[in-house]
Amino acid sequence: MEQLHYRHVAAARARGAKAQALVGVVASGDLEVLVQRTLPDRECEVEIRTAIAGFADVWQAVVADFVERRSPGGLKLSVNDGGARPDMVALRLAQAVRAVGEPA
Amino acid sequence: MTSALSWYESTARQRLAGLLDASSFGEFIGPEQRETSSHLAVFDLPAQFDDGMIVGHGTLDGTRVWVAAQEGRFMGGAVGEVHGAKLTGLLRAARESSPRPVLILLDTGGVRLQEANAGELAIAEIMRALIDARLAGVPVIGLIGGRAGCYGGGGLIAACCSALAISEQGRIGVSGPEVIETHRGVEEFDSQDRALVWRTMGGKHRRLLGGAELFVDDSLEGFRAAAATLIRQAPALDAATLEAEQARLEQRLERFGGCADARDVWASLGAADARAIPSMDTQEFIALADRLAPSRHDAR
Amino acid sequence: MTLAEILDGLFPAGHEVVLDRGLIFGRGVIIAGGSVTQGRSIIVIGADGRLSLGVDEAVWLSRKVLDIIAAAAQEPILVLIDSDSQRMTKRDELLGLNEFLAHLAKCLLLADARGHATVGLLYGHTAAGAFLATALATRTLLALPGADPEVMDLASMARVTKLSIDVLRQKARSTAVFAPGLDNLVKTGGVTTVLDPGVSLAAQLELALDSIARAAGPSDLRDQWGKERDGRPKAADIARRIQELARAAG
Repeated sequence: MEQLHYRHVAAARARGAKAQALVGVVASGDLEVLVQRTLPDRECEVEIRTAIAGFADVWQAVVADFVERRSPGGLKLSVNDGGARPDMVALRLAQAVRAVGEPA
Repeated sequence: MTSALSWYESTARQRLAGLLDASSFGEFIGPEQRETSSHLAVFDLPAQFDDGMIVGHGTLDGTRVWVAAQEGRFMGGAVGEVHGAKLTGLLRAARESSPRPVLILLDTGGVRLQEANAGELAIAEIMRALIDARLAGVPVIGLIGGRAGCYGGGGLIAACCSALAISEQGRIGVSGPEVIETHRGVEEFDSQDRALVWRTMGGKHRRLLGGAELFVDDSLEGFRAAAATLIRQAPALDAATLEAEQARLEQRLERFGGCADARDVWASLGAADARAIPSMDTQEFIALADRLAPSRHDAR
Repeated sequence: MTLAEILDGLFPAGHEVVLDRGLIFGRGVIIAGGSVTQGRSIIVIGADGRLSLGVDEAVWLSRKVLDIIAAAAQEPILVLIDSDSQRMTKRDELLGLNEFLAHLAKCLLLADARGHATVGLLYGHTAAGAFLATALATRTLLALPGADPEVMDLASMARVTKLSIDVLRQKARSTAVFAPGLDNLVKTGGVTTVLDPGVSLAAQLELALDSIARAAGPSDLRDQWGKERDGRPKAADIARRIQELARAAG
């Protein structure tokens, strides 16, 4: 198992009022993302657990892209990966931000 | 808006959202608690934050219920140490709060082999707690229609429930098709023959045989309505119920024990065209089943 | 020990237990001694010779248990097990084997709830669905050394998990939760006690029945034993926390 951890500065606080949300399932080719609104407004953390080691640079790029596009300030995102491709990862991360953006 | 959504395609959380009254669900030991399995890493397998079992409380048409939902897409919904303990705890709690019903959304291949002993014992504990709850007057309703079906020890948990609802996609069994084929050969059971699998273990056959009380559409709304109905009809559990169940099972063996295939069972029940049954739509099938094999509510 | 030796060891005062097509049934006389068991009889049911448990066997056994529940006497029940797994045939699945096996378990659980203490004694093999329907549906599960219960045989596990048997054997060394065998079923809390065949089996059975009679509090302690024995570290606490959260939810 490989554990990865990325810290970023976000352009803005993620909108919405929900404290927490969960998207996805740890199935083959999929992943789950637990998102918690626990950080200061401009900070973002993404921690990943994956059984497929050796793709840290891909994860890093996907996460960096996600932070730039979605402004997930204040959010900690925890990922359990079931072997998802980068586009699926990007989708789930975006869904997580949208889910926590709903009214409380 | 979500009512027409497929139960089969939905995740466990989506099923709960469709089943329960809006915003009524409260989870016990949610994913943020990160109570994951410690037994998967040694197999290089990823964990899931809720270990594939979601338990909590909510309301269904205003009635307070306990709920447990298996995520069939995580490890095939298989029962591990934490997964199983969540359901055991819920059923023990249900006994104390009788007669509040329990809804179990079953979607499992049985014991999680990577945690074999813990999973098997968990299922034994679940069965015991379920029966204790029923003895205290709690209706326990099983809903079956997911990807993993309801196999292995899950099949025994299902039959311990007060009543079951199943869809076309649902299957109930003890030994899975591949395991039968492995042990007895392809002549005994061709696991690749999907039509055979569904005839033998699938929702329509289980409804006609009496293995499930209600056959429902593959929709969140269909299961919601079925759950509400079964809560009201669930039999109490006592010696009389089990005597009725013994008689029911003995009669089944007498009637169908010599049948080679499900089609023979259905024909024996009085179906004019057994071969047409698999392709019947829900309403047509329900009408046929109610005519040929009316559900009884005094045994299980 | 053979079935005959076990029966003689359990019932030196005599028994009428017979074996018919692999199915065990009869009465044993429990030796007079403690207040609980003076001059009492116990019903014995079970499976011998690695019998596969199919719909026919299960419905026969459940009938026996229901007869005990219906009878006036408060006899305890001893479930003797040397079985295979559930019978794996098209016919058994077609006829709803899950219902038959669950029904047997339900009858044993109801019998126990109605005052007929249920004791299991594993003396050979058992697996999977047969295990759940018999031995694991008793209040107290005893075993003789050499018994080999399992959830699934390693070869089948290898097929389902897609790992080689060697890999599975190697992984089995690190955790009691995974590998087959009596020791691991003890460690994870499934087996209450392993008997000593060098000491009176009758006395050990009486002890087990006595413990049940005196027990107060929750009736299923297997998860707690699993925690105490370090075989199942989390189950008991998770179950207890769920119960507490449910109570708090009102």
